[in-house]
Amino acid sequence: MNAEVEEPLVASGYDSASVTQKITDIVLKCPLQRGWLGGFAFAFILLMLFNFAIAWVLSKGVGIWGVNIPVAWGFAIVNFVWWIGIGHAGTFISAILLLLHQDWRTSINRFAEAMTLFALACAGLFPLLHLGRPWVFYWLLPYPDTMDLWPQWRSALVWDVFAVGTYLTVSIIFWYIGLIPDLATMRDRAERKPVQLIYGVLSLGWRGSARHWKRFHMTYLLLAGLATPLVLSVHSVVSTDFATAIVPGWHSTIFPPYFVAGAIFSGFAMVLTLAIPIRKFYNLQDFITIRHLDNSAKVMLATALMVSYGYISEGFMSWYSDDKFEIYMTLNRMFGPYAPAYWLLIFCNVIVPQALWFKRIRTNPAALFIIALLVNVGMWTERYVIVITSLHRDFMPSAWGIFHGTRWDWMTLIGSFGLFATLFFLFLRVLPSISISEMRDLVHKKSESSK
Amino acid sequence: MSPLTGIWRSLDHLERPGDGSEEMQHREFPEGASELSDEWSRRQFLKIMCASIALAGTTGCTRQPLERIVPYVRQPEEVIPGRPLYFASALTLCGFARGVLVETHEGRPTKIEGNPGHPASLGASDAFMQAELLTLYDAERSQAVIHESQVSTWDLLLGELAGAAKKWQGNGGAGLRLLTRHETSPTILDQIARLLVKYPRAKWHEYDPLATELAAPRYHLDKAEVIVSLGADFLSAGPASLKHAHDFTLARQPKSTMNRLYVVEATPTLTGAMADHRLVMRPDDLEDFARTLESGTGSKVAALIAADLHEHAGRSLVIAGECESAVVRDAARRLNQTLQNVGATVDYPAAGRNSARNLQELVTDAHAGEIDTLVIIGGNPNYDAPADFEFGTLLPKIASTIHLGLYRNETGVACRWHIPEAHELESWSDAAAFEGSATIIQPVIEPLFAGRSRHELLAALLEEPFSSSYEIVRAFWQKRHAAPDFEQFWRKALHEGVIEDRSAAAPASSPPPNPPPPRSAGLHLLIRPSAQMLDGKFSNNAWLQEFPEPMTKMVWDNAALINPATASRLKLENGEVVDLKFRGRSVRAPIWILPGQAEDCVTINIGYGRTSSGSIGNGVGFNANTLRLSDAMWGGSGLEIGKTGKHHDLVTTQQHWEMEGRDQVRVGTFAEFQRRPDAIAKSAELPPRKDETLYPNVPDNGRAWGMAIDLNTCIGCGACTVACQAENNIPVVGKEQVGRGREMHWIRIDRYYEGDPANPAIFHQPVPCMHCENAPCELVCPVAATVHSSEGLNQMIYNRCVGTRYCSNNCPYKVRRFNFLEYDENHFEKPPTRKLMRNPNVTVRSRGVMEKCTYCIQRISAVKIEAEKANRLIRDGEILPACAQACPAGAIVFGDINDPVSHVSRLKASPLNYGLLAELNTRPRTSYLAKLRNPNPELEQI
Repeated sequence: MNAEVEEPLVASGYDSASVTQKITDIVLKCPLQRGWLGGFAFAFILLMLFNFAIAWVLSKGVGIWGVNIPVAWGFAIVNFVWWIGIGHAGTFISAILLLLHQDWRTSINRFAEAMTLFALACAGLFPLLHLGRPWVFYWLLPYPDTMDLWPQWRSALVWDVFAVGTYLTVSIIFWYIGLIPDLATMRDRAERKPVQLIYGVLSLGWRGSARHWKRFHMTYLLLAGLATPLVLSVHSVVSTDFATAIVPGWHSTIFPPYFVAGAIFSGFAMVLTLAIPIRKFYNLQDFITIRHLDNSAKVMLATALMVSYGYISEGFMSWYSDDKFEIYMTLNRMFGPYAPAYWLLIFCNVIVPQALWFKRIRTNPAALFIIALLVNVGMWTERYVIVITSLHRDFMPSAWGIFHGTRWDWMTLIGSFGLFATLFFLFLRVLPSISISEMRDLVHKKSESSK
Repeated sequence: MSPLTGIWRSLDHLERPGDGSEEMQHREFPEGASELSDEWSRRQFLKIMCASIALAGTTGCTRQPLERIVPYVRQPEEVIPGRPLYFASALTLCGFARGVLVETHEGRPTKIEGNPGHPASLGASDAFMQAELLTLYDAERSQAVIHESQVSTWDLLLGELAGAAKKWQGNGGAGLRLLTRHETSPTILDQIARLLVKYPRAKWHEYDPLATELAAPRYHLDKAEVIVSLGADFLSAGPASLKHAHDFTLARQPKSTMNRLYVVEATPTLTGAMADHRLVMRPDDLEDFARTLESGTGSKVAALIAADLHEHAGRSLVIAGECESAVVRDAARRLNQTLQNVGATVDYPAAGRNSARNLQELVTDAHAGEIDTLVIIGGNPNYDAPADFEFGTLLPKIASTIHLGLYRNETGVACRWHIPEAHELESWSDAAAFEGSATIIQPVIEPLFAGRSRHELLAALLEEPFSSSYEIVRAFWQKRHAAPDFEQFWRKALHEGVIEDRSAAAPASSPPPNPPPPRSAGLHLLIRPSAQMLDGKFSNNAWLQEFPEPMTKMVWDNAALINPATASRLKLENGEVVDLKFRGRSVRAPIWILPGQAEDCVTINIGYGRTSSGSIGNGVGFNANTLRLSDAMWGGSGLEIGKTGKHHDLVTTQQHWEMEGRDQVRVGTFAEFQRRPDAIAKSAELPPRKDETLYPNVPDNGRAWGMAIDLNTCIGCGACTVACQAENNIPVVGKEQVGRGREMHWIRIDRYYEGDPANPAIFHQPVPCMHCENAPCELVCPVAATVHSSEGLNQMIYNRCVGTRYCSNNCPYKVRRFNFLEYDENHFEKPPTRKLMRNPNVTVRSRGVMEKCTYCIQRISAVKIEAEKANRLIRDGEILPACAQACPAGAIVFGDINDPVSHVSRLKASPLNYGLLAELNTRPRTSYLAKLRNPNPELEQI
């Protein structure tokens, strides 16, 4: 690699002190800005909408949604898969890129991990709300109940519970461990007693001793090793929710890799959707540089190609299988009542990302932002197409039906953006959104190498 | 009002009315005084707040009701809690009895079955018979005597009648008129006869919107090898339809011969769907066709059919439709005589004489002012009388109008007196079947809403001292059977549910005249009874409102049915609201495009558009009676369609009509079957062999339940759907929920078309749960809420279900039903009387739970327990799921497939047997027998 022609990962002129100051000041010094307040208020309103929609579905039942027979799964499952896919980029950045010694991950890994957690918070709610009787969700867990009943292990939904549960646990621990040195920095730089106290408690007595650092690095690396397989396994398991069924359009062995690629694809789109405004509003162009955007865009392009391969292979296989149900399903996707959704996903996920072949576009934040948004839409639509079009016309033509989301469906989807955004705004306000310790490391390494 | 005639308070007021003193009465302060205008003062607000908080606390304390509950200290004989009792009784359809067995649990009727010993039901039932149970428990039935819109009492009515009786005794009953439905009850007929003797100048009129010569010819379809139906829906309409379906399917078995059915009709019916040759033509063309069939000349098709008939002389049958003109009916009769079918496949009983006059005379007399008391016993002429009679304007002209009815319907509202009628299952009566045998109607429950029977009202008119229907009916039969063994006769009659005493034979009512329609090129209107509402009798019955119409699969609506070509010519689409104009009258109706409908013919069904039906039936659909005229009771030519630009959402339970080249319904011809018996069912992809698996097969020794559904005999009537609903406490969900695809029926009838939309082949296929041996639903449930029983049942454990709905997604047959909302608390299921109706052996499902066909596991268990107690094996046929029991065609057979000689095993061994989607390796326990057609080879070539 000819590193000398690449953009730097951090603008010049920073040392450890200035890096620390710049990042901690966002939280500790910067007064409440109108932009933040406005954004937070908007997100909070959406969150309240979410609460309302949840309260209504809990009191009335899932019948307020558009789900029916034959389309018994609807927005809840689409949203679940979409949100959980988004989470994947965070883990991919923080764990896999760490193990691969990709330094460019440093400035984006913290908020990407936060994004993972918040996306998981959204994702985790949907399967619960989706249940006909959500108050007995714990029956999916293996616990010693008086009737000696265990979950039914052949069902992919049980695997799902474990996959998502593990993922959530590991993600939280990984994120928190990574935060500890920064929390200590915040404690040390905080000026008011209560703030010091809070960060002090959270930093678990970090003193920055060499022993601390040694153990920290070891733990962090081990957790990265633990998290790495999860990037591949979680969405593979999620994909088996579909792939183990006999429904044409679901019953497919390509689903696990195809879902993982889709997850990283949509996750990086979400990273860009978040990073581009953050670096602008918090003046972090020096830390989240054009090179970060460029690299993320390259990952998106690569995963877009994998996803496109998935689409092509689905079409090919249904023709090659000579199975009348599979062939009908594919044609119905392309030309049936949901054809607009199918072509929208092809446009967003296959055609639009081709623009990323061009460096001019990869280095243009505005263009990238638009592409990222389109990919987010496209990936949601992809899940919609997979879930809805496969179900609405399967084996028995007499039982064919149609599905339309009701306003409650849309409210829960839009409301979940509110939950995500509220958490994210709070995160920006109270925690260092870029890893201070790793940035200091990077600046230090840079100054060492330039010597 | 002039001040001098009104009430005045003071001289001032008398002189100056309207000076504001009225207003002052209601004001606290005189005008101009300052007044606190704030409606909610702080004090008032606080008072109400305090009071509500205080009261909110007290709601926690409930007082136990003071009623004493008493256990069965001395248990009534035969009543064992948990053990149902069955009583033979009868329900009437258009006046004719159809024997039933009513299952009761601790005195509550919970299910109606056909009485196997009764000639009109033969153990089977139809949707109407099944749904009568819901009418019995309808909380919106009339509950009190109403006089001039005020609640009154029976005694007050008796007082008024006693007063009138004095007058009638003087003038011989002049001015007294009786209007009934078609009556076959020997006791009623006797009471009316005595009334007419007592008051010779009184008159009795009969009006039934469906009264036809239905009952007149008696067909022996089991003996007919070639049947030609001229517009007759004999398999599913009319009081003899269950017998017809039974007999027809006997001759439909593919043995050495199989019967052949030609149907000529304008609008598709279930009989038409069963036809080997279905010819679509307008009613006036049908007349021509009947003539050419008789002459044997004319069109080649008619000649070929005529030749086929003559070839089978004495073994053929021509049936004319009840809605067809006299030309067609006479032609059919002459044909049967020529073909020497009379006495062999059809009997024409001597036309009975009935002293009842028709509605026309009543209307004429009412206009002439000759009526002062009109007693309407049952029925709803204000809704269903021909529109040109203007019955609604007639009633106010009559001084005294008395209506006895189950509901305070349109007629009840317009009459001065309304008396709640006791339901047929609530009171003693009797009725005759279509072929004359009588049945004593036994009550199975005390009247729920203090209803009175027709007998009681007639006894009151007769001023007879009899107090109860029981005494009246018993006295009649004692007179008729005045032998010393009367008690024995009576008990036998009640037990058997049928009296072989045809002397009570009710004469058929006179058919409403339908003169030959004038020819015209315009659109033709066809008015037909509804397969759901009948004539409106069932409009407050939610089961039937949600019962998919067999042809359109439409629920909660009726529509103007129109041919696809006509629709495209007139640029009409489904749900478009049009103005139907017919001979100066018009009604607004939504359009529904129906394949197989004759071109330029519009069919509308009566029974909808009710205004005083109850909360369920009110405002559903449009009232087709608006276009029904006394000289065109079943429609006629001269219909015009005007666009309105409006749209009405019509809801069906099946949206897709094609089979998409898949082979759910496998069809072949009888000739093919004789050549290669297994070619038809095995034409499609074969299922994998049982050993093509990595897993060991589950041993299935012991009992293995299975079902076989014979598509060759299934007529698609849907009795199974409603029977299942009644048996399994299946909720009604309403039009909006059905529109979202959430109907709850555990067994549905799929209807497919094949071929030219102008006259497609029509197939019906009942689809219950397949109870797959490799059930795809079972392995995807995360909580093991759907599991396999050792006897091969795919079971649903409601209280373990968390509602992921994965099982439904993975069910290729889509037979699973989900409680998307708390359906048990919806408008249809909420009334407390509905709780009495529930089958105590079936759990009522709550929100968020999946459900589906169980093969009536409660019935299996009941029989198993009995067999185990007696230490014997379960006999074949001993277990009857509700669908199999109801089926008039015997098309559903259930039993042990491990027993090689059981009926179901023998059917499954048939070369016609195939599994639905068996290529998915689901190994369905429910299998189908392919449908056979027996077309005329010469006609096929045309």
